[in-house]
Amino acid sequence: MTLLSVENLRVTFDTETGPVQAVRGVSFSLGRERLGIVGESGSGKTMTGRSVLRLIRPPGRIEADAMVFDGQDLMRLPEPQMRALRGRRIAMVMQDPKFSLNPVMKVGAQLTEGLRQRDRMSAKEARTKALAALEAVQIRDPERVMEAWPHELSGGMGQRVMIAMMLIPEPDLLIADEPTSALDVTVQAEVLSILDNLVKTRGMGLIFISHDLRLVSRFCDRVLVMYKGRVVEELAARDLMQARHPYTQGLLNCLPRIGGPRTPLPALDRSAAWAKE
Amino acid sequence: MTHGAFPMTPFLKQTGKTLFSLALTFLGLLIVTFIIARVVPVDPVTAILGERATGEQIAEMRAKLGLDDPIWKQFGIYLWDVIHFDLGTSIRTREPVLEEVGRYFPATLELSTLATIFGVLFGVPAGVLGATRPGSVFDQFTRLFGLIGYSVPVFWLSLIGLLLFYGQLGWVGGPGRLDSMYDMMYDMKVPAVTHMILIDTALAGEWDMWRNAVSHIILPAGILAWLSMAYISRMTRSFMMNEMGQEYITTARVKGMPEGRVIWVHGLRNTMVPLITVIALSYAYLLEGAVLTETIFAWPGLGRYITDALLIGDMPAVLGGTIVVGAVYIGLNMLSDILYRLADPRAR
Amino acid sequence: MTWNEWLLDPNPKSRAQSRAGQAWLQWLRFRRNHLAMAGLFITLALVLAAIFAPWIAPHDPIAQSLADRLQPPLTPGHLMGTDDFGRDILSRILYGSRITLYIVGLVILTAPVAGLIIGTVAGYFGGWVDAVLMRITDIFLAFPKLILALALVAVLGKGMENAVLAIALTSWPPYARVARAETLTVRNSDYIAAVRLQGAGATRIIWGHVMPMCLPSVIIRVTLDMAGIILTAAGLGFLGLGVQPPDPEWGVMISAGRKFLFEQWWVATMPGLAIFLVSLGFNLMGDGLRDVLDPKGAR
Repeated sequence: MTLLSVENLRVTFDTETGPVQAVRGVSFSLGRERLGIVGESGSGKTMTGRSVLRLIRPPGRIEADAMVFDGQDLMRLPEPQMRALRGRRIAMVMQDPKFSLNPVMKVGAQLTEGLRQRDRMSAKEARTKALAALEAVQIRDPERVMEAWPHELSGGMGQRVMIAMMLIPEPDLLIADEPTSALDVTVQAEVLSILDNLVKTRGMGLIFISHDLRLVSRFCDRVLVMYKGRVVEELAARDLMQARHPYTQGLLNCLPRIGGPRTPLPALDRSAAWAKE
Repeated sequence: MTHGAFPMTPFLKQTGKTLFSLALTFLGLLIVTFIIARVVPVDPVTAILGERATGEQIAEMRAKLGLDDPIWKQFGIYLWDVIHFDLGTSIRTREPVLEEVGRYFPATLELSTLATIFGVLFGVPAGVLGATRPGSVFDQFTRLFGLIGYSVPVFWLSLIGLLLFYGQLGWVGGPGRLDSMYDMMYDMKVPAVTHMILIDTALAGEWDMWRNAVSHIILPAGILAWLSMAYISRMTRSFMMNEMGQEYITTARVKGMPEGRVIWVHGLRNTMVPLITVIALSYAYLLEGAVLTETIFAWPGLGRYITDALLIGDMPAVLGGTIVVGAVYIGLNMLSDILYRLADPRAR
Repeated sequence: MTWNEWLLDPNPKSRAQSRAGQAWLQWLRFRRNHLAMAGLFITLALVLAAIFAPWIAPHDPIAQSLADRLQPPLTPGHLMGTDDFGRDILSRILYGSRITLYIVGLVILTAPVAGLIIGTVAGYFGGWVDAVLMRITDIFLAFPKLILALALVAVLGKGMENAVLAIALTSWPPYARVARAETLTVRNSDYIAAVRLQGAGATRIIWGHVMPMCLPSVIIRVTLDMAGIILTAAGLGFLGLGVQPPDPEWGVMISAGRKFLFEQWWVATMPGLAIFLVSLGFNLMGDGLRDVLDPKGAR
């Protein structure tokens, strides 16, 4: 069953020196599965994720032939209905909790904000739900975390709060934009397994955006490889190591391997032709 | 997680530091005013005794004023006096300067407080709206309006305001705090509680007089409010632009919050943190900006007190007034510092 | 190759070409800002008026003519009317632009220089030098500016030079702050270390290598402060503490026109318009310059 299908998505920024296309005709579809999007920085993967939520701010523009989520075309949805989808049915976890949590709002207030404002829930009920959500992301002392300020949390703790906050309304689709890149390596695995668990048990669709090929191949079912705003290759995650496209192969060759040859890693060969295919 | 056992301790420690640095600043202020007082070409002895004093009288007076002591001792005495709230005696009126300043200051305070309230009430929303619609007609208009506020000489604007709204249109009261008819009644009927005319008349239930006072204060306060608004709206706009580009704003939108809440709750709460300093600064600036306005509106405030004293060479009054304004300035700085740390959980 | 091509060449052949190209690009960006161009135009008009005052002013700015006193604007021969001594207001305003420019010039030649020296020295040496100098800066910053200027003029005596001195003495601290901040960022850079290894002394390093790096941000501040200097100078003149009559300083002229405000409004209005226009011009230009030179600090 298709949850989301995107056809010919383009994101354009009107700058002083003329329009710049950040995403150029990306199409993909997604069921209740885990889709990985990989690419270098600037390849348009973040923009693709944010386009699904229609959260590109001017001077950026989103265009697409169709962007259908659960039978509704997101491109034609008026803003109030789009807002009703955000949070409740489509959610997003961002890269660095240091920046993605509001610094002057207590964690508890941010967790319950959606329930209180959007779903008009009573303070007590919202609090109970928030505490349960914190427990679900394996926070041991949820009462205390509710009263904490974001800057008092460590990176891993902050990202768990972020995941809890986004998963409270049990969305159908979660977009995770480099959710572990800002974290210590030791915490990364923990946060990932929490995320993995929740996605599996709740049966939601996941778009996992990352620059880390190995992570994506381990964590996702299917992978899109993006380069300069285009999808250059789409393949099953377990086949990633056998990728055919020279760009993907190039990316793979740049990964250091334990026990591999001790020659310098090759520089990535970028061909302008790939972006035009 | 770093939960301190006593979360208030670092806050108090920081406040102590601020207090210490402000005490140093105040000491610096006194050194500067002392130096100014010592190099003043108006000889204090002649100023008191007049031109025809005998040599004997002058020597006696010099000894009495302590002018023969070494300079550090003179400064010590000066410091001691100021700490004990003795700012000397006005040459013009022969009254203690502090007492006089106490009488004049509330009028200035009333004027600049009212102006700041207007400035914040209009400046903050204007800045926020400008930042959320950059380049819109509204944004362009507030920018231009603000730039004009920055560029206009306040004393000239005051004169033009008087000419237009008092002279031509008759919408507001003229110079002074009250019409002369009420001026006479004021001392008899209104007990001086706060020395602020709007509050005192309201407390006394003299509503006719209150309305008259409003008609007098509205023009000078409005003009000062324009200056304050120019500054506050511009800073609000720039802070807000910065906040609206932050990632937590996206988070709020992802959560499905309506744009109004994103702007006025998430964005503005964060903007308020640096804005506190700006508002305090503009308040302090108005306290002294009132100098020129007060001269034109015959407003019996501190600025007028200082300029009047200046024109007749009454240095104790000038320096006393300067010290008081400086102290208020320093106090406002400290207040904004504390408020800043209360508003920003990261600074606590 | 045309000039334009030479300037916009992406591969400049010399440092001068690259610098000229940068300046040209900045000028192109500045030119697109209509308000900033208006500001530049006003500023140029001020400079031209100051230079050519004797030739374009229809009358002697000081010569009195009691028969012509208090003529309204648009009187033949007196476009802006005359004041209470029968002096032509337009001529006085044109000559007054010389005084205004002179004051602004003196202040921007002194205060930023002092601030630059104090800031770079404090930033370069650090330690107690920094602590002491910055404490002094803070003290001056904590002072109410206009009132300190008033007190200084009271001590030094009335007059234009003393007004300039008072304004300069009260306006250097922000420059010191800016210069110190810039110095701190370059102090530990490798090229400063290289100069030091070649045996250059502190004076030489500060003068030849640190100060040039601080100049751009100080210059931006100066442009933005010029309007403030004009307003303060006019305020001092208005209070009778700056330039003395009969010199046609704009603040003094407003002060003189105050007596006839309700009957002969133009006497006070015209010089005020001049102050307003010129300071608006400086503000617009400063805003535009800042947007071009320092896009990050746009506020």
